[in-house]
Amino acid sequence: MNGAAPAPADDLLVRVEDVEKAFHRGEEVIHVLRDLHLTIPRGEFLALMGPSGSGKSTLLNLLGGLDRPTRGRVIVDGRRIDRLSDRQLAAWRARHVGLVFQFYNLLPVLTAERNVELPLLLAPLTRVQRRRHVAAALGIVGLSHRARHYPRQLSGGEQQRVGIARALVTDPSLLLCDEPTGDLDRRSGDGILDLLQALNREHGKTIVMVTHDPHASARATRVVHLDKGRLGTEAPP
Amino acid sequence: MKYLPLVWAGLRRRKLRSLLTLLCILVAFVLFGYLCAIGRAMDQGASVAGADRLMVRHRVSITQPLPVSYKARIERIPGVALVAHFSWFGGIYREPGNFFPQMAVEPGPHLAMYPEYLLPEDRRQAWLATRTGAIAGRRTAEKYGWKVGDRIPIQATVWRRMNGDTTWEFDLVGIFDGAKPETDTTGFFFRYDCLDEGRLFGKGIVAWYTVRVSNPEEAADVARRIDEEFANASAETKSETEGAFLRGWARQIGDISTILASVLGAVFFTILLVAGNTMAQSVRERTCEIGVLKALGYTHAGVLSLVLAESCLLSVLGAAGGLAVASVLVAAGDPTRGAMPMFHFPAADVLAGLGWALALGVVAGLLPALHAMRLRVADALRRT
Ligand SMILES: Nc1ncnc2c1ncn2[C@@H]1O[C@H](COP(=O)(O)OP(=O)(O)O)[C@@H](O)[C@H]1O
Ligand SMILES: [Mg+2]
Repeated sequence: MNGAAPAPADDLLVRVEDVEKAFHRGEEVIHVLRDLHLTIPRGEFLALMGPSGSGKSTLLNLLGGLDRPTRGRVIVDGRRIDRLSDRQLAAWRARHVGLVFQFYNLLPVLTAERNVELPLLLAPLTRVQRRRHVAAALGIVGLSHRARHYPRQLSGGEQQRVGIARALVTDPSLLLCDEPTGDLDRRSGDGILDLLQALNREHGKTIVMVTHDPHASARATRVVHLDKGRLGTEAPP
Repeated sequence: MKYLPLVWAGLRRRKLRSLLTLLCILVAFVLFGYLCAIGRAMDQGASVAGADRLMVRHRVSITQPLPVSYKARIERIPGVALVAHFSWFGGIYREPGNFFPQMAVEPGPHLAMYPEYLLPEDRRQAWLATRTGAIAGRRTAEKYGWKVGDRIPIQATVWRRMNGDTTWEFDLVGIFDGAKPETDTTGFFFRYDCLDEGRLFGKGIVAWYTVRVSNPEEAADVARRIDEEFANASAETKSETEGAFLRGWARQIGDISTILASVLGAVFFTILLVAGNTMAQSVRERTCEIGVLKALGYTHAGVLSLVLAESCLLSVLGAAGGLAVASVLVAAGDPTRGAMPMFHFPAADVLAGLGWALALGVVAGLLPALHAMRLRVADALRRT
């Protein structure tokens, strides 16, 4: 989509402009992303593919405000998040993005519902309101009956659903998923992909999903390839 | 408050480790509470001294007796308002461990000298009327379940009776209370005439005199006059204010307080390391989780507070348990089985203990909390 006909500005949820990201490892400087441009319209389900080490997670971190670019602009929903302070970024993340991780990253000592509640603790909500949001999110991922279970009592697919519920519970417009099916068998993975697709179609979530798996990227509305820090595009299937 | 489950979960992660740390802290605070009570009991003396009372004792040592005949001579010295005397008895009630002070005194002057001992008037009259009568302080009476009218047998360790017997029996005619909470109510007092007439040897001696001066400002002069009066007598005297006497006593105790403080210091330093180590390990194991929390929108400061809260929760829980155990132990009695007149654990010390616990929690948690605070999200998450 890089350089394609520009969509109207407010239809673009994400604009990445001229981004460069380098890491310093001692003396050595590793240029992970360079001259990177990417726009993501609202309502898109974007699959981000590329070989291991190509910078997919790094890009996702920039989109999610977990890290800042070395150069360039990252604009999400009209706000330049590369300019925000750590504290502002934290507040921004809490409200505007949902993150889904390959290894679920649930807190093992908390039940499913407590895990899902975590981002809500930061919002000015009463206990009753939090309960209601948590129940709704668990309902969407189809895990209402597992609310009181601890992560170790759940299958991988179920844990990932809890992870997705946690990402959804604050009702963010942007969901960022880093290899969400990477640790799952085909069947559970398909379930997760069905869920993401439904979230995209029925709930209007804009989703960016990093994946290795062509089977997974086939569910996306668009696929982009990242290689050696640059993007290449592929038509949707 | 809404973060409490999250903080609590941090402690539940490694139950055994948390429990062991908790126990360490608990034991330290049992020690804290117990040593506080001992420390309190030891400085009690100095604060109950009467400014207008002199102690007159043998110049060589308090263990050397003075003749009872000195009483009349002291009474004649200008500035002296009242004279009472004490004689040690040092007997055993039932078993050697039952310690409480037993003293032979003259009821009238004794009660006049110590208005802080509250004895009902009819009991006073009964004591004056009963040669074998004795009064006991509330603490001792309650400890042994004595009631007025009981006969209290005491085995003499020194004062054999005229008939060769060592058992003295006293009739409990009254129980006195303290005017103030710090008043010592462990004493057992019986009549000097009963002792002196009944004992086989050592007649006519007393352990020391207590003298009330008419004007507290002249106390030093009166003390000097008393000592001059007996300057060349068979037993020379040393007179000083009760306060000075107790201060001299307290100075020896002062060293003990220093020792107590250093023991506590060492104990606290140790649990600081134990608790600090627990928190450091716990945070290190959770690097990724802390990254997740930050990714979800928790700020650096928020994560810092969570870790500190966890550390404080651990130490306050341990301290609360320890202080509770300490107060049970203190209530059960002092380690000398009665030698410490005021053995208690006041609310102020409990609060101080909880304050120390909070401080401990903050200090122990500080480095791990700062470490958690400084973790960058992206780096922490890469360590999955
Ligand atoms: N915080 C970091 N410090 C140093 N190097 C990093 C850091 N994050 C990523 N990298 C490097 O950047 C490159 C891309 O990493 P990543 O974005 O995780 O790749 P991908 O997710 O596509 O497998 C890798 O070579 C990785 O070693
Ligand atoms: Mg990656």
